[in-house]
Amino acid sequence: MKDTRLAKFESRRRVNQFALIMSMAAMVFGLVWLVWILFETLHLGISGLTWVALTQSTPAPNDEGGLANAILGSVLMVGLATFVGTPIGIMAGIYLAEYSPKSMLASITRFVNDILLSAPSIVIGLFVYTLVVARFKSFSAWAGVVALALIVIPVVIRTTENMLQLVPAGLREAAYALGAPKWKVIISITLRAARAGVVTGVLLAVARISGETAPLLFTALSNQFWTTNMSDPMASLPVTIFKFAMSPYQNWQELAWAGVFLITVAVLGLNILARYLTRQKD
Amino acid sequence: MDTAVATQAKIKVKDLNFYYGKFHALKNINLEIPEKQVTAFIGPSGCGKSTLLRTFNRMFELYPEQRAEGSIELDGENLLTSKQDVALIRAKVGMVFQKPTPFPMSIYDNIAFGVKLFENLNASDMDERVEWALRKAALWTEVKDKLNQSGSGLSGGQQQRLCIARGIAIKPEVLLLDEPCSALDPISTAKVEELIIELKQDYTVVIVTHNMQQAARCSDNTAYMYLGDLVEFGQTEQIFFKPKRQETEDYITGRFG
Repeated sequence: MKDTRLAKFESRRRVNQFALIMSMAAMVFGLVWLVWILFETLHLGISGLTWVALTQSTPAPNDEGGLANAILGSVLMVGLATFVGTPIGIMAGIYLAEYSPKSMLASITRFVNDILLSAPSIVIGLFVYTLVVARFKSFSAWAGVVALALIVIPVVIRTTENMLQLVPAGLREAAYALGAPKWKVIISITLRAARAGVVTGVLLAVARISGETAPLLFTALSNQFWTTNMSDPMASLPVTIFKFAMSPYQNWQELAWAGVFLITVAVLGLNILARYLTRQKD
Repeated sequence: MDTAVATQAKIKVKDLNFYYGKFHALKNINLEIPEKQVTAFIGPSGCGKSTLLRTFNRMFELYPEQRAEGSIELDGENLLTSKQDVALIRAKVGMVFQKPTPFPMSIYDNIAFGVKLFENLNASDMDERVEWALRKAALWTEVKDKLNQSGSGLSGGQQQRLCIARGIAIKPEVLLLDEPCSALDPISTAKVEELIIELKQDYTVVIVTHNMQQAARCSDNTAYMYLGDLVEFGQTEQIFFKPKRQETEDYITGRFG
């Protein structure tokens, strides 16, 4: 009796050790690439990141210049796409979680949303190209905003719905028991209880679209000059990086690395902010 | 069945049947809840006591597969067929749940939330109302210096008294308590029980409880339910000391349940 117990314990200990070593190895393998990418970006990007790179527009080959117009374009298009996509996403998420979670319309919406969520972004770019660019016969920043918003919406719908479902039914019942109407319960109680999660979803969507290249290639295209006219083609960081990194010119390549550095830092910052907000909830 | 009740009935339940989908959860319930007294529902888990309580403020309507047949009269008006907005019924019939459910906002706003739904009070009147409700719920001295802090930072017992304060702040006529002490320690339970006894001066109180001593301590009338039937209903003393039905006696003496 005592011997079998000891033998069992020994074998459990060995299995445990094996599992521990395997998962450590998997973790190290994953992290090595991540740290490498981060290190290369910092190493090559930070040298290109000069005052000129932040204040001047994109240059001709072997000329002096910076990324200012691309930064502005990214901020404008990402900002507007978020501004348009967030309310639509949140409202659709509220419909799915609070109004008729089991209806036919909700199941269809959920299914379509899942497809949209996993659709390759180049498909969305082509779709907006035929819908907006081909019709108006011009590449434009507006078309870029539409493409990016189409990526934001499904992400926000999904996170809003999931976060609202996590709110305990008891909290809703308590609010209804006081005689609160449905819209009031949703705005003041459920959405409020889920706000950290919903904000996190929006931040993650912003992080995702700030690095998207494919949907902008077919829509906003690029622009060598500083512009705030949304009906014109507009430069953006990802597209500029794509163009400059493929070029044979040294100064373009350096600027591409600086752009990569900027995007990485921005996305990293957004992710940290999102984590911080979810932790606040507990 | 004996409805040994001297005072006027606040709620009259007549031939009430309740269904969860196809499951018949309440069978032909008839009873009268007297005004300004404490009425307790006791019985084993799943006997339908919470279900019955949740028909009094039409809480079950949140779930489309649940339905009630029969009538529940509040001061003579049938709640189930009432043309009145359900929000107005719930303003008259308040409810406190098993688990404390503070809203994600400050202690002050937890109380003010319900009041604002039905009344337009200026700031000083609202302050007064919040203090009044918190004093009634025996919570004022513990929270008066931290009204702006989040309600979820309170202890379980304090949260439950906050929920009771929130319920009485809108000045309902009936207060439904669904196992309000099951998540509380003995000291908090004693405070809530004292509160229940005090509340009956102004309100009609209906309490669902698993704890028979609690029913004996703080109720005037007791209903024993089993498998969706109302087995016996009468004054608490009579139910506990001279039950008329054998099943009631078996349950109360602990031979069953």
